[in-house]
Amino acid sequence: MTTSLQEELRNLPPQKLEVEGISKTFRTKRNRSVVRALEDVTVRVNEGEYVCLVGRSGCGKTTLLNLIAGLDRPDSGRILVEGTPIKGPGRDRMVMFQETALFPWLDVTGNVLYGLKLKPNLTPKDRREVARFYIEMVGLDEFEHASIHELSGGMQQRVALARALAPNPRILLMDEPFGALDALTREQLYGDIQEIWLKRRKTIVFVTHNVREAVCLGDRVLLFAPNPGHLVGEFKIDLPRPRDINSVELAEYSSTITRALKGYDPKEEVAE
Amino acid sequence: MKRVVSSIVFFASIVLVWYGLVRLGIWSSVLLPSPVSVGEYLYHETIDGVLPGAMWVTFRRLMVGYFIGLALGLPLGFLSAFFRVFQDTVGLIALGFQTLPSVCWIPLALLWFGQTESAMLFVVIMGSLGSVIIATETGVKNLPPIYVRAARTMGSKGIHTLLTVVLPASLPYLVSGMKQGWAFAWRSLMAAEIYVTILTGFGLGQLLHYGRELHAMEQVIGVMLVIVLLGLLVDKVLFSPWERSLHRRWGKAQ
Repeated sequence: MTTSLQEELRNLPPQKLEVEGISKTFRTKRNRSVVRALEDVTVRVNEGEYVCLVGRSGCGKTTLLNLIAGLDRPDSGRILVEGTPIKGPGRDRMVMFQETALFPWLDVTGNVLYGLKLKPNLTPKDRREVARFYIEMVGLDEFEHASIHELSGGMQQRVALARALAPNPRILLMDEPFGALDALTREQLYGDIQEIWLKRRKTIVFVTHNVREAVCLGDRVLLFAPNPGHLVGEFKIDLPRPRDINSVELAEYSSTITRALKGYDPKEEVAE
Repeated sequence: MKRVVSSIVFFASIVLVWYGLVRLGIWSSVLLPSPVSVGEYLYHETIDGVLPGAMWVTFRRLMVGYFIGLALGLPLGFLSAFFRVFQDTVGLIALGFQTLPSVCWIPLALLWFGQTESAMLFVVIMGSLGSVIIATETGVKNLPPIYVRAARTMGSKGIHTLLTVVLPASLPYLVSGMKQGWAFAWRSLMAAEIYVTILTGFGLGQLLHYGRELHAMEQVIGVMLVIVLLGLLVDKVLFSPWERSLHRRWGKAQ
């Protein structure tokens, strides 16, 4: 094993993420009306912290994730990683999308290699080793050369996780990655992702509309409300890890948060 | 196996009915030659080298014209998918070309180029260009934007994204566009060869044309059979396996 490969496989320390006074509006395609997706949102995520964003659809949580990823630009405000403002996408922040966004024309290894190939100072052999390392980490070593569509939804998300981890990011952004999976597969993945996170500590921003999922995974749960999308509250989750999604304590937390979330919903919007 | 048998039985019975009709003698053999004389024509002309020669001439013209059509059509399709200006100009022309039957290019080609190879090439290119542009444009436009976004987060941009994401992601559409372009090129060339009777090379279309001039019905039917077989062959050998392997990888049922 070469030294550069060893170096590459060492987990880079997670970094601090600051979102300062972000606002974002966009126009709908249908009638060009203005949607205030986010208004004056400020969020601080510490090094290695696992933060979950929860809210009903349309509260701007995915918009915020895209802004942090650098895929879109905010109208005002700024986003800092370890004190440096971001300029577009970067390998320090990798994204896991809801629809996996895996490339069907590549096999499992090809998908994991995609980001690695764009990383300089690695030999092709090292890249293969790195890809194998992460594919093994997510438990897919027997499926290295499988086509994407041959895999189940849960396995596809594992590939997406391996692909996101492979370039060794400091921050991991996850946009409802388990939304389309069945309950059993999801519960299995909750366990796996906690285990992996304990081994390879990243700063994680995790978007979901499932409160229980947020409580199971997050150190902190941030609540968002729509029109305009803004932060309305936060809960610290003081439960030991690994957490069991079916435990009583967890259920208590999530019922408290669900109640709070309902309380933030202005009446007129429910009527809409 | 069952499918092969049913095909064979079907075609054998067609030939049998054909043969029976000829034996009944309702129509003159000038109008309806027997399958035996068509077979004899095909056999002799193959031995003489006339048919293989004509096939080669046709195939060469087709290949040259088709590849020029692809070389122009693919980039234009991409441009028209990416830029509104191209969509409203080139895309519109392409759509118009697609509705114009390729035989309609022949008078213009003859006036511009005379009885030459260039005239024929021109008709083939114009015949296939439109469908290649449209198919490419459709393919690129239907690309799920999430692929490009995912690639961008991993550090891909510009030409790299185009080559490693947009191109492979739209490949299934490109292949069906290429297949359609091929079909149009093939039709255009046959029309051109029948109308442009030049002496620089005798293609299948010209054989067909002279079959009519000489009232040689067995030649007309024989050459038609060859044209059908060639078309089937290209589809089965070239495009179908390619499409199948793409769909297998993409996981889409055809």
